[in-house]
Amino acid sequence: MSAAPHSAASAASSAAAGQPAIDIRGLNKWYGEFHVLKNIDLTVARGEKIVVCGPSGSGKSTLIRCINRLEQHQKGDIVVNGIALTDDLKNIDTVRSNVGMVFQHFNLFPHLTVLENCTLAPIWVKKQSKAQAEATAMKYLERVRILEQAPKYPGQLSGGQQQRVAIARALCMNPSIMLFDEPTSALDPEMVKEVLDTMIDLAREGMTMVCVTHEMGFARAVADRVIFMDRGEIVEQNAPEAFFSNPQNERSKQFLSQILDR
Amino acid sequence: MAHGSVSTNATGIAAQRTETASSPPPSASSGPVAWARTNLFSTPTNAAVTVLLLAILAYILPPTLNWLLFDAVWGHKPVAACDAVRGKGACWSVVWEKFRFMMFGVYPFDQQWRGGLVIAILCALLVVSALKVFWRPSLAAIWIAGIVATFWLMGGGFGLQPVRTEQWGGLPVTLILAIFGIGFAFPLGVILALGRRSSLPIVRSAAVVYIEVVRGVPLITVLFMASVMFALLLPEGMRIDQLLRAQVAIILFVAAYLAEAVRGGLQAVPKGQYEAAEALGLPYWKMMTFVILPQALKISIPPIVNSFISLFKDTSLVVIIAIYDFAYAVKKSVETDISWKKYFIEAFLFSIVIYWIFCYAMSKYSQWLEKDLARGHQR
Repeated sequence: MSAAPHSAASAASSAAAGQPAIDIRGLNKWYGEFHVLKNIDLTVARGEKIVVCGPSGSGKSTLIRCINRLEQHQKGDIVVNGIALTDDLKNIDTVRSNVGMVFQHFNLFPHLTVLENCTLAPIWVKKQSKAQAEATAMKYLERVRILEQAPKYPGQLSGGQQQRVAIARALCMNPSIMLFDEPTSALDPEMVKEVLDTMIDLAREGMTMVCVTHEMGFARAVADRVIFMDRGEIVEQNAPEAFFSNPQNERSKQFLSQILDR
Repeated sequence: MAHGSVSTNATGIAAQRTETASSPPPSASSGPVAWARTNLFSTPTNAAVTVLLLAILAYILPPTLNWLLFDAVWGHKPVAACDAVRGKGACWSVVWEKFRFMMFGVYPFDQQWRGGLVIAILCALLVVSALKVFWRPSLAAIWIAGIVATFWLMGGGFGLQPVRTEQWGGLPVTLILAIFGIGFAFPLGVILALGRRSSLPIVRSAAVVYIEVVRGVPLITVLFMASVMFALLLPEGMRIDQLLRAQVAIILFVAAYLAEAVRGGLQAVPKGQYEAAEALGLPYWKMMTFVILPQALKISIPPIVNSFISLFKDTSLVVIIAIYDFAYAVKKSVETDISWKKYFIEAFLFSIVIYWIFCYAMSKYSQWLEKDLARGHQR
């Protein structure tokens, strides 16, 4: 396994090296009357790994789904790799092809084989040849240790295997940023580790990652920063060690005591 | 399944479990007697119903079969042969006697081989479109070739004797209306369904208005509109072929129903599929073509085929605007001949069998297709 390709890809697809990967300023979002995100400011440096945690309904999923415009925000600015997310569809497509996303429920395409899941977007979005896309797909399927499943359909795979395919599918687009939306929450306990191991590998290779998860072991192992959200606000952010051992805010303390008691 | 990275520390617990010998399932009695006992005579009521139904069958079946098969007149026989067994046996000779008129109506007799060829071409088109290996863009080229060949053979020109559409009739007309109806209504229905779920308000409203208006009127009125009203709207001296107008009316009508069938499928595709496709940067049409529609159409197979079968049979309504399809040709073939007229029941039964063969084939095909498409995913 080589560590180079991600950083090379990101350098090609974005501007100056000092520019942050993600820059969010004054982000506000409402669902009808419900104020789901309140004045979010967040800057993610290139190569930085962020873990976002918080109670359910705190807006953490909504936040990362705003980063690739699966959700529209009403106020504030989101700039990804120097490209501002507005109603401009072209910008949205550029950002999306540069930002990989892994979902809680995998969302693999059930009518396509594992290999076809991985080559679909490279062929039709990046205009790669079929052979080229398949070579890339095989490389990433091998990296997530699932190469032998390439000709199977997602329904024939276990949850952990499906989630690793989902990671490979996202990587095939050569993204510079990866978003993870509770990637292990829908897995049986014995399969959590294989997915987390894959994510840890990815982190060590230098990928910029924003990960919504409650896996504190993962946060300790790879996160540069833990962000705690509650009721649509970023309540606290700190290095993982400091956050877990010495939370400052009352709400973070309460949340941590609840998840550590389990 | 092998999960290399998961460590198993549960071996100790597993070892303590006593192994239970696996046993065969409780023996199920089989054979026709056992089957009859469980299915036909399980309770006194069931037994009574079974006996009653068997008695009714014994009463009805022998005379019916005698009339249909054993006492019937088969082959090309004179009408006197039928008159001799009238009331006891069916007169299938009427099919032999009137076969050419039933099949081709008033199409010029010496040119009817062209109609026969068209039937073969259209059936081949149907079969080719049903096979998955042909589900590629080149299928459109095959259809264009099929359409050109059909209208050349039926209409003439380029070396063939011209035949005006007023003289077209019988099974070729029914198949033209039904198969081209299916071929054009299907893509139009898909586009209408996508339109109805579009995020663009104008597109969505247009699709909703179209679907709701067309679904709210009977096909007969649409055909009348196409035949009478449409002609009034056209400028003086301009005429569009009657058959073409009926064809377009059928396509526009069925497309509205298909749109609703497809919409049901679109709604059944989980939101996560749209999100995953969007997150990969797939633009709208590519997302629909490669991710959403393959799943949505698979879900919609039963209602789609339902619409196709309805369409096939509804083509017989075109007779009200003076287009002589198969059903009408069959009717006319016996009505116009005083000596054979009394055997109209046999003639109609023959047309029923032909319609049934096509509709049942579509139904069977859809069941096979559902199973075939489900095989890979196992979900």
